[in-house]
Amino acid sequence: MMPTILFYVFAVISVVTALMVICSKNAVYSALYLIGTLFSLACIFLLLHAEFLAAIQILIYAGAIMVLFLFVIMLLNVGQEKRTPLRLKGQKIVGLVLALGLLIFVLARTRGVKNPEAIGAFSPDRLAEVGGVKSIGWLLFTDYLLPFEITSILLFVAIIGAVVLAQRSPG
Amino acid sequence: MVPLSHYLILSAILFGIGVMGVLLRRNAIVIFMCIELMLNAANLTLVAFSRFLQTLDGQILVFFVMTVAAAEAAVGLVIIISIYRHKQSVDVDEVNLLRL
Repeated sequence: MMPTILFYVFAVISVVTALMVICSKNAVYSALYLIGTLFSLACIFLLLHAEFLAAIQILIYAGAIMVLFLFVIMLLNVGQEKRTPLRLKGQKIVGLVLALGLLIFVLARTRGVKNPEAIGAFSPDRLAEVGGVKSIGWLLFTDYLLPFEITSILLFVAIIGAVVLAQRSPG
Repeated sequence: MVPLSHYLILSAILFGIGVMGVLLRRNAIVIFMCIELMLNAANLTLVAFSRFLQTLDGQILVFFVMTVAAAEAAVGLVIIISIYRHKQSVDVDEVNLLRL
């Protein structure tokens, strides 16, 4: 019973903070509310027996990525949004209609989704016995070794790209 | 136990809020944060399916999504910084040329 209540509590927190992300006028507040969303999603991951992902959600997203965001916001001093008139007439209305249309479409598709039959061997009991992190690590270094190595190349290229782009161009 | 459809509905709502943010806001950094929000909504779907199918493949996919999101955040924020250097603004309405 308790996990069910916790799920709905964190679901409400995540939706409210996500709405505050897009409603805040100040980008710093948006970033702080987004940390709230990421944190409540991490709690939902815990309720889904994905402890490893909950940990790296907080470490990488709430820790590393959001600190990077806050750093850039404060470096550029762009907290407050300027109140200039919109370039496109009716952008707000069209955007809202399109987004709500997509939301309704996706929600309509989730209706009548039943819990699927379990096809794998990793039940919560088995994960508790073997260890969730150990199981994920085992899969990463056997079945998913090639994608894992390609990820390291991706991160390397991203670092080089970031450094090259951030350089002040000569002259 | 919470049924799978409730996880999917939560994920759809978060994704919808992210789309709304991208379409309505003009601050490039906020738009970028909304993209992160959409990535997280997709992650929630993957983790929920991974739990109900009792496989770990979904969780590993989420791991890769997080890695790509980290790389994307680094490169994207640097692009925003260089736009700011040229325009003195991160308003996406101001960015309407492909050249500098």
